[in-house]
Amino acid sequence: MKITLKDVENVALLSRLEFPENELATFTEQLNAFLEYADVLNQVNVEGIEPTAHVLPLKNVMRADEAKPSLARELALSNAPEQENGYFKVPKIMEG
Amino acid sequence: MELFQYTAHQLQNLLKDKEVSAVDITKAVLARMDAVEGDVKAYITQTQDSALEQAKAVDAKIQRGEVISPLAGIPGAIKDNICTLGIKTTCASKILADFVPPYNATVMEKLGQDTVFVGKANLDEFAMGGSTENSGFYPSRNPWDLTTVPGGSSGGSAAAVAAGEAIWSLGSDTGGSIRQPAAYTGLVGLKPTYGRVSRYGLVAFASSLDQIGPITRDVTDCAHVMNAIAGYDAKDSTSIKVDVPDYTKALVNNIKGLKIGLPKEYFVAGMDPEVEKAIRNAIDQLVALGAELTEISMPHTEYALSAYYLIAPAEASSNLARYDGVGFGYRAAGNDIVDMYKKTRSQAFGTEVKRRIMLGTYALSSGYYDAYYLRALKVRTLVKQDFDRAFEKVDVLITPTAPTTAFKVGEKSSDPLAMYLQDVCTIPVNLAGVPGISIPCGFANGLPIGMQIIGKPLDEETIIRTAYTFEQNNDYHKRFAPLGEVK
Repeated sequence: MKITLKDVENVALLSRLEFPENELATFTEQLNAFLEYADVLNQVNVEGIEPTAHVLPLKNVMRADEAKPSLARELALSNAPEQENGYFKVPKIMEG
Repeated sequence: MELFQYTAHQLQNLLKDKEVSAVDITKAVLARMDAVEGDVKAYITQTQDSALEQAKAVDAKIQRGEVISPLAGIPGAIKDNICTLGIKTTCASKILADFVPPYNATVMEKLGQDTVFVGKANLDEFAMGGSTENSGFYPSRNPWDLTTVPGGSSGGSAAAVAAGEAIWSLGSDTGGSIRQPAAYTGLVGLKPTYGRVSRYGLVAFASSLDQIGPITRDVTDCAHVMNAIAGYDAKDSTSIKVDVPDYTKALVNNIKGLKIGLPKEYFVAGMDPEVEKAIRNAIDQLVALGAELTEISMPHTEYALSAYYLIAPAEASSNLARYDGVGFGYRAAGNDIVDMYKKTRSQAFGTEVKRRIMLGTYALSSGYYDAYYLRALKVRTLVKQDFDRAFEKVDVLITPTAPTTAFKVGEKSSDPLAMYLQDVCTIPVNLAGVPGISIPCGFANGLPIGMQIIGKPLDEETIIRTAYTFEQNNDYHKRFAPLGEVK
């Protein structure tokens, strides 16, 4: 076993997901099956090999710092599940 | 032949000669949608009314003698993970079921107002899957055999074109999501070079791998759609700043002297013998047409799938963090903000999306990052180097697009790994960022077989020329799915 039920519970918390007990067990089984399959990567000698995060030889794409038209506030808020006075509204995040 | 069965370039000629109107064409496609959509389920949203308005506007332009673009008046379908101004864009996810983008993706702007859009096509939720069975709403079916899947994740885009419910479509391809469904439905599907087509407005799955591309009935239409959508975009920081050629100039029926590489690692156990036979037969034809064949080795191919299924979920887990019930999309009630996040995401994401978020989060988490994510990125370098070396010797590579023809609905849905293995021939192309096209090259038991032609970075022209030459010497692309037979 590469990953235990307890690990999966922790990953769920990091992912902001929650599962009923039986689904956690299924996920544990399926993640293990994949991670065992992915063990094949350990056969590869990667010493001295640079990682490729993406294929383009691009770094820090810059542009002039000029003001351009942006979305109107009403449009930016148009898909919000809850809004108030021109702001996104969320449940309480602090005590008191 | 019915109007909904023509290619875009044939219809364009009919329009120019004033033999039909854009409204005639659009009405034919809309009637076809009404007739077969119940079986095929290619669409999430239909835009029939606005399509007719767009068609009328094109007819008015033609009447006034104005020059129209090659896709003007020709009904197309757009994968529902591409943002369309004022038209629902759901990603086939309950979390975005009511999301109406306040802006257009760059490809929509480039296609322009002359284009007729008939609907937003179904997909695997957030483009994660290879069968469209992971759609949060309903699966699409393959018009060649309704008991089989149309492939995925752009399964709706492919099924719509194969069924005559659209003449052409846009898909997106992260690990094969344009090419594999094109193969399963007997169509042409191109994944452009990474950076060739703007990703602005494409809802992100794995940002270093995603590309938008066309699904069409023949290679000529593919070139026309590419002409419309390719090019640098300041709104996409990974867009490449180079001139775009006229891809229709690559529609040349001549491959004399073309160097084709056959990577032996793509012809391995598990492949359907009928698929292998069709590909070998197609390669023999290309040689007879003047190409030179070299067998080559790409030794890291076998590791690509594992690397991909760590890299893509890792990027997805980060990209999908934005679905938190605050700015847009579904929100569940919760006791506090973290509870609200958890309930929102758990109630509205489907199983495969959750599985990939979990896998990606694990691969990126402290203690496992080096062992999984970083190692996968290094293997990606080696996969890319295999392509660099191959392209020192050859102009294009030829492989099957998928190891089998379309599989049965439900056949692989309980085994994620079996589903992932369908992408084994297409995934390395995304990891390397090079372009690849799938074209029909035969049939097995009445189901289409796809051949993949892979090119050098930014050399879509050579794969289009190779594909066009094969197509013009065969008739596979002229067969219409049985559902399309008009009695």
